[in-house]
Amino acid sequence: MAKNQYQLVTCWINGREVEQMVDVRASLTDMLRGDFHLTSVKKGCEVGECGACNVLIDGECFNSCLYLAVWAEGKHITTLEGLTGPNGELSDIQQAFIDETAIQCGFCTPGFIMTAVEILNRNRLYSDEELRKLLSGHLCRCTGYENIFRAVKKTMLRRLGMLDDPFLNT
Amino acid sequence: MYDMSALYEAKSVQDAVRLRLEHPEAQIIAGGTDVLVQMREGKRAGKSLISIQKVNEMRGISIDEEENIRIGSLTTFTHITNDPIIQQYINVLGEAVDMVGGPQIRNAGTIGGNTCNGVTSADSASTLHAWEAIVEITGKNGVRRIPIKEFYIKAGTVDLRVEDGEIQTAILIPKASYENTWGHYIKYAMRNAMDIATLGTSVNARLSADKKTFERVRIAFGVAGPVPMRALNAEAFINGKDVTLENIEAFGRAVLQDINPRDSWRASKAFRQHIAAESAKRCLIESVKLAGGEL
Ligand SMILES: Cc1cc2nc3c(=O)[nH]c(=O)nc-3n(C[C@H](O)[C@H](O)[C@H](O)COP(=O)(O)OP(=O)(O)OC[C@H]3O[C@@H](n4cnc5c(N)ncnc54)[C@H](O)[C@@H]3O)c2cc1C
Ligand code: FES
Ligand code: FES
Repeated sequence: MAKNQYQLVTCWINGREVEQMVDVRASLTDMLRGDFHLTSVKKGCEVGECGACNVLIDGECFNSCLYLAVWAEGKHITTLEGLTGPNGELSDIQQAFIDETAIQCGFCTPGFIMTAVEILNRNRLYSDEELRKLLSGHLCRCTGYENIFRAVKKTMLRRLGMLDDPFLNT
Repeated sequence: MYDMSALYEAKSVQDAVRLRLEHPEAQIIAGGTDVLVQMREGKRAGKSLISIQKVNEMRGISIDEEENIRIGSLTTFTHITNDPIIQQYINVLGEAVDMVGGPQIRNAGTIGGNTCNGVTSADSASTLHAWEAIVEITGKNGVRRIPIKEFYIKAGTVDLRVEDGEIQTAILIPKASYENTWGHYIKYAMRNAMDIATLGTSVNARLSADKKTFERVRIAFGVAGPVPMRALNAEAFINGKDVTLENIEAFGRAVLQDINPRDSWRASKAFRQHIAAESAKRCLIESVKLAGGEL
Protein backbone atom coordinates (compact mmCIF):
# COMPACT_ATOMS: atom_id res chain seq x y z
CA MET A 1 0.00 0.00 0.00
CA ALA A 2 1.36 3.35 -1.07
CA LYS A 3 1.17 6.27 1.34
CA ASN A 4 -2.28 7.32 2.35
CA GLN A 5 -4.02 9.82 0.13
CA TYR A 6 -6.54 12.30 1.56
CA GLN A 7 -8.73 14.88 -0.07
CA LEU A 8 -10.88 17.72 1.24
CA VAL A 9 -14.54 17.30 0.34
CA THR A 10 -17.10 20.09 0.63
CA CYS A 11 -20.73 19.09 0.28
CA TRP A 12 -24.18 19.52 1.77
CA ILE A 13 -25.45 16.78 4.05
CA ASN A 14 -29.07 17.02 5.12
CA GLY A 15 -29.12 20.69 4.21
CA ARG A 16 -25.95 21.65 6.09
CA GLU A 17 -22.73 22.59 4.33
CA VAL A 18 -19.83 20.50 5.62
CA GLU A 19 -16.11 20.12 4.98
CA GLN A 20 -14.30 16.89 5.60
CA MET A 21 -10.91 15.37 4.89
CA VAL A 22 -11.56 11.92 3.51
CA ASP A 23 -9.38 8.99 2.61
CA VAL A 24 -9.72 8.54 -1.16
CA ARG A 25 -10.33 4.81 -0.53
CA ALA A 26 -13.50 5.56 1.48
CA SER A 27 -16.93 4.82 0.14
CA LEU A 28 -19.68 7.36 0.75
CA THR A 29 -21.10 4.88 3.28
CA ASP A 30 -17.79 4.99 5.17
CA MET A 31 -17.86 8.79 5.22
CA LEU A 32 -21.51 9.18 6.24
CA ARG A 33 -21.26 6.60 9.02
CA GLY A 34 -17.68 7.13 10.18
CA ASP A 35 -17.28 10.90 9.94
CA PHE A 36 -20.88 12.08 10.35
CA HIS A 37 -22.35 9.29 12.52
CA LEU A 38 -25.32 8.97 10.17
CA THR A 39 -25.95 5.37 11.10
CA SER A 40 -29.23 5.08 9.21
CA VAL A 41 -26.93 4.34 6.26
CA LYS A 42 -26.46 0.59 6.68
CA LYS A 43 -23.68 -1.66 5.53
CA GLY A 44 -25.44 -4.68 4.11
CA CYS A 45 -23.82 -6.38 1.14
CA GLU A 46 -21.49 -3.52 0.15
CA VAL A 47 -21.68 -4.64 -3.48
CA GLY A 48 -24.81 -2.86 -4.67
CA GLU A 49 -27.26 -5.73 -4.28
CA CYS A 50 -29.36 -4.92 -1.20
CA GLY A 51 -30.03 -1.16 -1.09
CA ALA A 52 -29.47 -0.84 2.69
CA CYS A 53 -26.93 1.95 2.14
CA ASN A 54 -29.15 3.96 -0.23
CA VAL A 55 -29.07 7.78 0.01
CA LEU A 56 -30.22 10.67 -2.16
CA ILE A 57 -27.53 12.53 -4.09
CA ASP A 58 -28.86 15.64 -5.85
CA GLY A 59 -32.33 14.08 -5.66
CA GLU A 60 -31.44 10.67 -7.15
CA CYS A 61 -30.96 7.44 -5.22
CA PHE A 62 -27.54 5.84 -5.07
CA ASN A 63 -26.20 2.87 -3.18
CA SER A 64 -23.57 4.73 -1.18
CA CYS A 65 -21.44 1.56 -0.89
CA LEU A 66 -20.70 1.84 -4.63
CA TYR A 67 -19.90 5.56 -4.56
CA LEU A 68 -16.55 7.06 -3.65
CA ALA A 69 -16.66 9.61 -0.82
CA VAL A 70 -14.60 12.07 -2.90
CA TRP A 71 -17.32 12.07 -5.55
CA ALA A 72 -19.57 13.85 -3.02
CA GLU A 73 -17.73 17.13 -3.71
CA GLY A 74 -20.35 19.83 -4.35
CA LYS A 75 -23.28 17.40 -3.98
CA HIS A 76 -26.44 17.62 -1.89
CA ILE A 77 -26.81 14.42 0.08
CA THR A 78 -29.89 13.39 2.04
CA THR A 79 -30.03 10.50 4.48
CA LEU A 80 -32.95 9.30 6.55
CA GLU A 81 -31.83 11.60 9.40
CA GLY A 82 -32.58 14.54 7.09
CA LEU A 83 -36.28 13.69 6.82
CA THR A 84 -37.32 14.48 10.38
CA GLY A 85 -38.47 17.90 11.50
CA PRO A 86 -36.53 20.18 13.90
CA ASN A 87 -38.00 18.49 16.97
CA GLY A 88 -37.67 14.98 15.64
CA GLU A 89 -41.13 14.92 14.03
CA LEU A 90 -41.44 12.07 11.57
CA SER A 91 -42.13 12.71 7.90
CA ASP A 92 -45.27 11.31 6.29
CA ILE A 93 -43.46 8.36 4.71
CA GLN A 94 -41.75 7.41 7.98
CA GLN A 95 -45.09 7.52 9.79
CA ALA A 96 -46.64 5.41 7.04
CA PHE A 97 -43.98 2.71 7.53
CA ILE A 98 -45.00 2.56 11.20
CA ASP A 99 -48.74 2.64 10.49
CA GLU A 100 -48.52 -0.15 7.90
CA THR A 101 -46.11 -2.26 10.00
CA ALA A 102 -43.63 -2.05 7.15
CA ILE A 103 -40.76 -2.51 9.62
CA GLN A 104 -39.60 -5.60 11.44
CA CYS A 105 -35.87 -5.68 12.17
CA GLY A 106 -35.52 -2.30 10.44
CA PHE A 107 -32.24 -2.94 8.64
CA CYS A 108 -33.66 -2.34 5.16
CA THR A 109 -35.94 0.51 6.26
CA PRO A 110 -33.79 3.62 5.79
CA GLY A 111 -32.76 2.52 2.30
CA PHE A 112 -36.33 1.75 1.31
CA ILE A 113 -37.58 5.06 2.69
CA MET A 114 -35.00 7.05 0.74
CA THR A 115 -36.10 5.36 -2.48
CA ALA A 116 -39.69 6.13 -1.50
CA VAL A 117 -38.71 9.79 -1.08
CA GLU A 118 -37.26 9.89 -4.61
CA ILE A 119 -40.47 8.35 -5.97
CA LEU A 120 -42.83 10.56 -3.94
CA ASN A 121 -40.99 13.76 -4.78
CA ARG A 122 -41.97 13.31 -8.42
CA ASN A 123 -45.65 13.81 -7.41
CA ARG A 124 -46.81 11.28 -9.96
CA LEU A 125 -49.42 8.58 -9.80
CA TYR A 126 -47.77 5.24 -10.44
CA SER A 127 -49.51 1.94 -11.14
CA ASP A 128 -48.88 -0.95 -8.75
CA GLU A 129 -46.62 -2.56 -11.32
CA GLU A 130 -44.59 0.62 -11.78
CA LEU A 131 -44.25 1.08 -8.03
CA ARG A 132 -43.01 -2.50 -7.58
CA LYS A 133 -40.37 -1.91 -10.24
CA LEU A 134 -39.32 1.36 -8.62
CA LEU A 135 -38.90 -0.41 -5.28
CA SER A 136 -37.08 -3.42 -6.70
CA GLY A 137 -33.57 -2.31 -5.75
CA HIS A 138 -33.98 -3.32 -2.10
CA LEU A 139 -33.92 -6.59 -0.23
CA CYS A 140 -35.97 -7.15 2.91
CA ARG A 141 -35.52 -10.42 4.78
CA CYS A 142 -38.41 -9.85 7.19
CA THR A 143 -41.57 -8.24 5.91
CA GLY A 144 -42.34 -9.97 2.62
CA TYR A 145 -42.56 -6.51 1.00
CA GLU A 146 -46.37 -6.16 0.96
CA ASN A 147 -46.53 -3.74 3.86
CA ILE A 148 -43.65 -1.69 2.49
CA PHE A 149 -45.42 -1.48 -0.85
CA ARG A 150 -48.63 -0.38 0.89
CA ALA A 151 -46.87 2.30 2.94
CA VAL A 152 -45.38 3.84 -0.19
CA LYS A 153 -48.57 3.56 -2.19
CA LYS A 154 -50.74 5.11 0.52
CA THR A 155 -48.32 8.00 0.97
CA MET A 156 -48.30 8.56 -2.79
CA LEU A 157 -52.10 8.64 -2.86
CA ARG A 158 -52.30 10.84 0.22
CA ARG A 159 -49.95 13.41 -1.27
CA LEU A 160 -51.97 13.43 -4.48
CA GLY A 161 -55.21 13.84 -2.49
CA MET A 162 -56.50 10.48 -3.77
CA LEU A 163 -56.30 8.34 -0.66
CA ASP A 164 -60.07 8.04 -0.41
CA ASP A 165 -60.48 6.74 -3.94
CA PRO A 166 -61.90 3.24 -3.41
CA PHE A 167 -60.46 1.95 -6.69
CA LEU A 168 -56.92 3.04 -5.92
CA ASN A 169 -56.73 2.40 -2.22
CA THR A 170 -56.52 -1.37 -1.97
CA MET B 1 -12.59 1.31 2.51
CA TYR B 2 -11.70 0.10 -0.92
CA ASP B 3 -8.39 -1.62 -1.41
CA MET B 4 -6.97 0.80 -3.98
CA SER B 5 -3.43 2.10 -4.15
CA ALA B 6 -4.19 5.53 -5.63
CA LEU B 7 -6.99 7.59 -7.16
CA TYR B 8 -6.45 10.08 -9.95
CA GLU B 9 -9.37 12.36 -10.75
CA ALA B 10 -9.81 13.66 -14.28
CA LYS B 11 -11.56 17.02 -14.72
CA SER B 12 -11.84 16.91 -18.51
CA VAL B 13 -11.42 14.48 -21.40
CA GLN B 14 -7.92 15.84 -22.09
CA ASP B 15 -7.08 15.40 -18.42
CA ALA B 16 -8.25 11.78 -18.53
CA VAL B 17 -6.10 11.07 -21.59
CA ARG B 18 -3.08 12.62 -19.89
CA LEU B 19 -3.63 10.63 -16.69
CA ARG B 20 -3.98 7.46 -18.70
CA LEU B 21 -0.65 8.06 -20.41
CA GLU B 22 0.99 8.86 -17.08
CA HIS B 23 -0.50 5.85 -15.28
CA PRO B 24 -0.98 3.07 -17.82
CA GLU B 25 -1.46 0.51 -15.03
CA ALA B 26 -4.47 2.35 -13.60
CA GLN B 27 -8.04 1.40 -14.43
CA ILE B 28 -10.73 3.85 -15.56
CA ILE B 29 -13.69 4.18 -13.21
CA ALA B 30 -16.92 5.83 -14.40
CA GLY B 31 -20.04 4.94 -12.36
CA GLY B 32 -18.07 2.28 -10.52
CA THR B 33 -20.84 -0.33 -10.44
CA ASP B 34 -18.55 -2.91 -12.05
CA VAL B 35 -15.15 -1.67 -10.92
CA LEU B 36 -15.96 -1.19 -7.24
CA VAL B 37 -17.68 -4.56 -7.01
CA GLN B 38 -14.63 -6.24 -8.55
CA MET B 39 -12.36 -4.37 -6.18
CA ARG B 40 -14.47 -5.49 -3.25
CA GLU B 41 -14.33 -9.08 -4.49
CA GLY B 42 -10.54 -8.87 -4.55
CA LYS B 43 -10.21 -9.14 -8.33
CA ARG B 44 -8.90 -5.60 -8.67
CA ALA B 45 -7.56 -5.25 -5.16
CA GLY B 46 -4.55 -2.99 -4.81
CA LYS B 47 -5.05 -1.35 -8.21
CA SER B 48 -5.00 2.36 -8.87
CA LEU B 49 -7.97 4.11 -10.49
CA ILE B 50 -8.50 7.05 -12.82
CA SER B 51 -11.91 8.51 -12.08
CA ILE B 52 -13.81 10.14 -14.95
CA GLN B 53 -16.94 10.61 -12.81
CA LYS B 54 -16.57 14.41 -12.86
CA VAL B 55 -15.92 14.82 -16.58
CA ASN B 56 -19.32 16.36 -17.15
CA GLU B 57 -18.67 17.11 -20.83
CA MET B 58 -19.10 13.35 -21.34
CA ARG B 59 -22.70 13.38 -20.06
CA GLY B 60 -25.90 13.92 -21.98
CA ILE B 61 -27.64 13.19 -25.25
CA SER B 62 -27.84 15.37 -28.35
CA ILE B 63 -28.15 15.26 -32.13
CA ASP B 64 -24.87 16.25 -33.78
CA GLU B 65 -24.18 18.06 -37.09
CA GLU B 66 -24.32 14.79 -39.02
CA GLU B 67 -27.69 14.00 -37.41
CA ASN B 68 -26.25 11.15 -35.36
CA ILE B 69 -27.75 10.65 -31.95
CA ARG B 70 -24.82 11.31 -29.66
CA ILE B 71 -24.84 9.68 -26.22
CA GLY B 72 -22.00 10.81 -23.98
CA SER B 73 -20.28 7.79 -22.45
CA LEU B 74 -20.97 8.97 -18.89
CA THR B 75 -24.72 9.22 -19.42
CA THR B 76 -26.47 7.05 -16.87
CA PHE B 77 -29.17 4.52 -17.68
CA THR B 78 -31.88 6.57 -15.95
CA HIS B 79 -31.02 9.63 -18.01
CA ILE B 80 -31.06 7.59 -21.24
CA THR B 81 -34.50 6.17 -20.49
CA ASN B 82 -35.95 9.58 -19.65
CA ASP B 83 -34.38 11.44 -22.56
CA PRO B 84 -36.80 12.85 -25.18
CA ILE B 85 -34.41 12.22 -28.12
CA ILE B 86 -34.05 8.57 -27.14
CA GLN B 87 -37.80 8.23 -26.64
CA GLN B 88 -38.51 9.66 -30.06
CA TYR B 89 -35.91 7.86 -32.19
CA ILE B 90 -34.62 4.78 -30.38
CA ASN B 91 -37.01 4.09 -27.55
CA VAL B 92 -35.91 0.45 -27.42
CA LEU B 93 -32.53 1.54 -26.03
CA GLY B 94 -34.25 3.37 -23.18
CA GLU B 95 -36.37 0.30 -22.52
CA ALA B 96 -33.38 -2.03 -22.60
CA VAL B 97 -31.31 -0.05 -20.11
CA ASP B 98 -34.37 0.30 -17.88
CA MET B 99 -33.95 -3.44 -17.27
CA VAL B 100 -30.45 -3.12 -15.80
CA GLY B 101 -30.22 -4.11 -12.11
CA GLY B 102 -32.53 -1.90 -10.06
CA PRO B 103 -33.24 1.84 -9.81
CA GLN B 104 -30.13 2.78 -7.83
CA ILE B 105 -27.87 0.87 -10.22
CA ARG B 106 -29.54 2.64 -13.16
CA ASN B 107 -28.85 6.02 -11.51
CA ALA B 108 -25.16 5.14 -11.19
CA GLY B 109 -24.28 2.88 -14.12
CA THR B 110 -23.19 4.46 -17.40
CA ILE B 111 -23.50 3.33 -20.99
CA GLY B 112 -19.75 3.73 -21.38
CA GLY B 113 -19.12 1.29 -18.56
CA ASN B 114 -21.72 -1.09 -19.95
CA THR B 115 -19.82 -1.35 -23.26
CA CYS B 116 -16.19 -0.89 -22.12
CA ASN B 117 -16.53 -3.88 -19.79
CA GLY B 118 -16.81 -6.07 -22.90
CA VAL B 119 -19.51 -8.19 -21.27
CA THR B 120 -21.86 -10.19 -23.49
CA SER B 121 -24.82 -9.91 -21.09
CA ALA B 122 -24.69 -6.10 -20.89
CA ASP B 123 -28.25 -4.90 -21.42
CA SER B 124 -27.37 -2.06 -23.79
CA ALA B 125 -25.01 -4.10 -25.95
CA SER B 126 -27.37 -6.11 -28.14
CA THR B 127 -29.44 -3.04 -29.00
CA LEU B 128 -26.32 -1.03 -29.82
CA HIS B 129 -25.17 -3.87 -32.11
CA ALA B 130 -28.56 -4.15 -33.76
CA TRP B 131 -28.57 -0.39 -34.50
CA GLU B 132 -24.98 -0.43 -35.76
CA ALA B 133 -23.81 2.10 -33.21
CA ILE B 134 -20.50 3.87 -33.66
CA VAL B 135 -18.09 4.10 -30.75
CA GLU B 136 -16.18 7.36 -30.35
CA ILE B 137 -12.77 6.96 -28.74
CA THR B 138 -10.51 9.84 -27.71
CA GLY B 139 -6.78 9.52 -27.10
CA LYS B 140 -3.51 11.36 -27.56
CA ASN B 141 -3.90 11.25 -31.35
CA GLY B 142 -7.38 12.75 -31.26
CA VAL B 143 -10.70 11.10 -31.95
CA ARG B 144 -11.38 7.87 -33.83
CA ARG B 145 -14.74 6.28 -34.55
CA ILE B 146 -15.31 2.57 -35.08
CA PRO B 147 -18.36 0.35 -35.54
CA ILE B 148 -19.43 -1.24 -32.27
CA LYS B 149 -18.85 -4.70 -33.73
CA GLU B 150 -15.15 -3.91 -34.10
CA PHE B 151 -14.99 -2.37 -30.63
CA TYR B 152 -15.54 -5.80 -29.07
CA ILE B 153 -12.41 -7.91 -29.44
CA LYS B 154 -13.18 -10.84 -27.16
CA ALA B 155 -15.04 -11.49 -23.91
CA GLY B 156 -13.98 -8.74 -21.50
CA THR B 157 -11.67 -7.00 -24.00
CA VAL B 158 -12.53 -3.98 -26.13
CA ASP B 159 -10.49 -1.89 -28.56
CA LEU B 160 -9.18 0.81 -26.22
CA ARG B 161 -5.45 1.45 -26.63
CA VAL B 162 -3.96 2.26 -23.26
CA GLU B 163 -0.63 3.21 -24.88
CA ASP B 164 -2.51 5.98 -26.72
CA GLY B 165 -4.27 7.07 -23.53
CA GLU B 166 -7.66 6.20 -25.00
CA ILE B 167 -11.04 6.42 -23.35
CA GLN B 168 -14.49 6.01 -24.82
CA THR B 169 -16.15 9.43 -25.05
CA ALA B 170 -19.47 8.78 -26.82
CA ILE B 171 -21.70 6.31 -28.58
CA LEU B 172 -23.35 7.47 -31.80
CA ILE B 173 -26.44 6.12 -33.49
CA PRO B 174 -26.31 7.06 -37.20
CA LYS B 175 -29.40 8.49 -38.86
CA ALA B 176 -29.31 5.62 -41.36
CA SER B 177 -29.94 3.31 -38.39
CA TYR B 178 -32.69 5.15 -36.57
CA GLU B 179 -34.64 6.75 -39.43
CA ASN B 180 -38.06 5.18 -39.85
CA THR B 181 -37.01 2.21 -37.71
CA TRP B 182 -38.68 0.57 -34.72
CA GLY B 183 -37.28 -1.98 -32.35
CA HIS B 184 -37.94 -4.20 -29.37
CA TYR B 185 -35.72 -5.84 -26.72
CA ILE B 186 -36.39 -8.93 -24.65
CA LYS B 187 -34.29 -9.65 -21.61
CA TYR B 188 -34.77 -13.23 -20.52
CA ALA B 189 -33.76 -13.60 -16.89
CA MET B 190 -34.87 -15.58 -13.85
CA ARG B 191 -36.32 -12.54 -12.09
CA ASN B 192 -37.62 -9.19 -13.27
CA ALA B 193 -35.12 -7.08 -11.35
CA MET B 194 -31.55 -7.38 -10.12
CA ASP B 195 -30.65 -10.22 -12.45
CA ILE B 196 -28.25 -10.66 -15.34
CA ALA B 197 -29.71 -11.70 -18.71
CA THR B 198 -29.75 -15.40 -19.55
CA LEU B 199 -30.24 -14.14 -23.08
CA GLY B 200 -30.79 -10.67 -24.51
CA THR B 201 -32.46 -10.20 -27.91
CA SER B 202 -32.79 -6.91 -29.75
CA VAL B 203 -34.54 -6.58 -33.10
CA ASN B 204 -35.42 -3.57 -35.22
CA ALA B 205 -37.34 -3.29 -38.45
CA ARG B 206 -37.99 -0.86 -41.26
CA LEU B 207 -40.99 -1.68 -43.42
CA SER B 208 -41.80 -0.61 -46.96
CA ALA B 209 -44.16 2.36 -47.39
CA ASP B 210 -47.19 0.06 -47.75
CA LYS B 211 -45.99 -1.87 -44.63
CA LYS B 212 -46.18 -5.17 -46.50
CA THR B 213 -42.45 -5.88 -47.00
CA PHE B 214 -39.49 -6.10 -44.66
CA GLU B 215 -37.11 -3.48 -46.00
CA ARG B 216 -34.44 -3.87 -43.35
CA VAL B 217 -34.42 -6.07 -40.28
CA ARG B 218 -31.51 -6.21 -37.87
CA ILE B 219 -31.09 -8.52 -34.91
CA ALA B 220 -28.42 -8.91 -32.27
CA PHE B 221 -28.07 -11.11 -29.19
CA GLY B 222 -26.29 -10.91 -25.87
CA VAL B 223 -25.15 -14.15 -24.19
CA ALA B 224 -25.52 -16.09 -27.45
CA GLY B 225 -21.72 -16.10 -27.73
CA PRO B 226 -18.68 -14.69 -25.91
CA VAL B 227 -19.45 -11.15 -27.13
CA PRO B 228 -22.72 -9.58 -28.34
CA MET B 229 -23.43 -10.68 -31.92
CA ARG B 230 -25.60 -10.07 -34.96
CA ALA B 231 -27.56 -12.91 -36.58
CA LEU B 232 -26.73 -12.19 -40.21
CA ASN B 233 -28.18 -15.35 -41.75
CA ALA B 234 -31.53 -14.62 -40.16
CA GLU B 235 -31.37 -11.01 -41.41
CA ALA B 236 -30.51 -12.14 -44.95
CA PHE B 237 -33.43 -14.54 -44.86
CA ILE B 238 -36.07 -12.00 -43.83
CA ASN B 239 -35.00 -8.93 -45.79
CA GLY B 240 -37.19 -8.33 -48.82
CA LYS B 241 -39.77 -10.87 -47.66
CA ASP B 242 -43.45 -10.23 -47.06
CA VAL B 243 -44.59 -9.23 -43.58
CA THR B 244 -46.26 -12.50 -42.57
CA LEU B 245 -46.27 -14.62 -39.44
CA GLU B 246 -44.86 -17.59 -41.36
CA ASN B 247 -41.84 -15.56 -42.44
CA ILE B 248 -41.36 -14.28 -38.91
CA GLU B 249 -41.43 -17.83 -37.55
CA ALA B 250 -38.89 -18.97 -40.12
CA PHE B 251 -36.74 -15.95 -39.14
CA GLY B 252 -36.84 -17.17 -35.54
CA ARG B 253 -35.61 -20.61 -36.59
CA ALA B 254 -32.95 -19.09 -38.83
CA VAL B 255 -31.15 -17.45 -35.90
CA LEU B 256 -29.96 -20.91 -34.84
CA GLN B 257 -27.54 -20.89 -37.79
CA ASP B 258 -25.93 -17.76 -36.40
CA ILE B 259 -25.64 -18.14 -32.66
CA ASN B 260 -23.35 -20.19 -30.51
CA PRO B 261 -24.52 -20.08 -26.89
CA ARG B 262 -22.88 -22.19 -24.21
CA ASP B 263 -23.92 -24.28 -21.27
CA SER B 264 -23.59 -22.38 -18.01
CA TRP B 265 -25.09 -22.61 -14.56
CA ARG B 266 -27.68 -20.05 -15.64
CA ALA B 267 -29.01 -22.09 -18.57
CA SER B 268 -28.11 -24.88 -20.95
CA LYS B 269 -27.14 -24.32 -24.56
CA ALA B 270 -30.33 -26.03 -25.73
CA PHE B 271 -32.49 -23.79 -23.58
CA ARG B 272 -30.69 -20.67 -24.79
CA GLN B 273 -31.26 -21.77 -28.39
CA HIS B 274 -34.93 -22.28 -27.66
CA ILE B 275 -35.43 -18.85 -26.13
CA ALA B 276 -33.32 -17.24 -28.88
CA ALA B 277 -35.66 -18.47 -31.61
CA GLU B 278 -38.74 -17.55 -29.59
CA SER B 279 -37.42 -14.12 -28.55
CA ALA B 280 -36.38 -13.30 -32.12
CA LYS B 281 -39.90 -14.04 -33.28
CA ARG B 282 -41.60 -12.07 -30.49
CA CYS B 283 -39.24 -9.09 -30.92
CA LEU B 284 -39.92 -8.94 -34.64
CA ILE B 285 -43.69 -9.19 -34.15
CA GLU B 286 -43.48 -6.30 -31.69
CA SER B 287 -41.26 -4.27 -34.06
CA VAL B 288 -43.76 -4.77 -36.90
CA LYS B 289 -46.56 -3.50 -34.68
CA LEU B 290 -44.53 -0.45 -33.65
CA ALA B 291 -43.76 0.22 -37.32
CA GLY B 292 -47.47 0.26 -38.09
CA GLY B 293 -47.54 -3.10 -39.87
CA GLU B 294 -50.28 -5.70 -39.59
CA LEU B 295 -50.03 -9.43 -39.02
C1 LIG C 1 -26.26 -5.02 -8.29
C2 LIG C 1 -25.84 -4.87 -9.72
C3 LIG C 1 -26.70 -5.27 -10.74
C4 LIG C 1 -26.33 -5.14 -12.09
N1 LIG C 1 -27.22 -5.53 -13.04
C5 LIG C 1 -26.90 -5.38 -14.35
C6 LIG C 1 -27.84 -5.74 -15.36
O1 LIG C 1 -28.94 -6.20 -15.08
N2 LIG C 1 -27.48 -5.55 -16.66
C7 LIG C 1 -26.27 -5.03 -17.00
O2 LIG C 1 -26.01 -4.87 -18.19
N3 LIG C 1 -25.36 -4.69 -16.06
C8 LIG C 1 -25.63 -4.85 -14.74
N4 LIG C 1 -24.72 -4.50 -13.78
C9 LIG C 1 -23.37 -4.09 -14.18
C10 LIG C 1 -23.09 -2.58 -14.27
O3 LIG C 1 -24.01 -1.82 -13.53
C11 LIG C 1 -23.12 -2.09 -15.72
O4 LIG C 1 -22.24 -2.83 -16.51
C12 LIG C 1 -22.78 -0.60 -15.83
O5 LIG C 1 -23.10 -0.14 -17.11
C13 LIG C 1 -21.34 -0.28 -15.59
O6 LIG C 1 -21.17 1.12 -15.75
P1 LIG C 1 -20.28 1.95 -14.73
O7 LIG C 1 -20.26 3.35 -15.20
O8 LIG C 1 -20.71 1.72 -13.35
O9 LIG C 1 -18.87 1.25 -15.02
P2 LIG C 1 -17.53 1.14 -14.20
O10 LIG C 1 -17.67 0.12 -13.15
O11 LIG C 1 -17.08 2.48 -13.77
O12 LIG C 1 -16.60 0.61 -15.39
C14 LIG C 1 -16.84 -0.60 -16.06
C15 LIG C 1 -15.67 -0.90 -17.00
O13 LIG C 1 -15.63 0.00 -18.08
C16 LIG C 1 -14.44 0.77 -18.07
N5 LIG C 1 -14.88 2.13 -18.44
C17 LIG C 1 -16.01 2.74 -17.99
N6 LIG C 1 -16.21 3.89 -18.66
C18 LIG C 1 -15.20 4.01 -19.54
C19 LIG C 1 -14.87 4.99 -20.54
N7 LIG C 1 -15.65 6.06 -20.75
N8 LIG C 1 -13.75 4.80 -21.28
C20 LIG C 1 -12.98 3.71 -21.08
N9 LIG C 1 -13.25 2.75 -20.17
C21 LIG C 1 -14.35 2.90 -19.40
C22 LIG C 1 -13.85 0.60 -16.70
O14 LIG C 1 -12.45 0.70 -16.73
C23 LIG C 1 -14.31 -0.80 -16.35
O15 LIG C 1 -13.48 -1.75 -16.95
C24 LIG C 1 -25.07 -4.60 -12.42
C25 LIG C 1 -24.20 -4.18 -11.39
C26 LIG C 1 -24.58 -4.31 -10.06
C27 LIG C 1 -23.65 -3.85 -8.98
S1 FES D 1 -24.80 -2.21 1.29
FE1 FES D 1 -24.91 -1.00 -0.47
S2 FES D 1 -26.30 -2.10 -1.68
FE2 FES D 1 -25.98 -3.46 -0.03
S1 FES E 1 -37.39 -5.28 8.11
FE1 FES E 1 -35.75 -6.66 8.39
S2 FES E 1 -34.78 -6.59 6.47
FE2 FES E 1 -36.55 -5.46 6.12
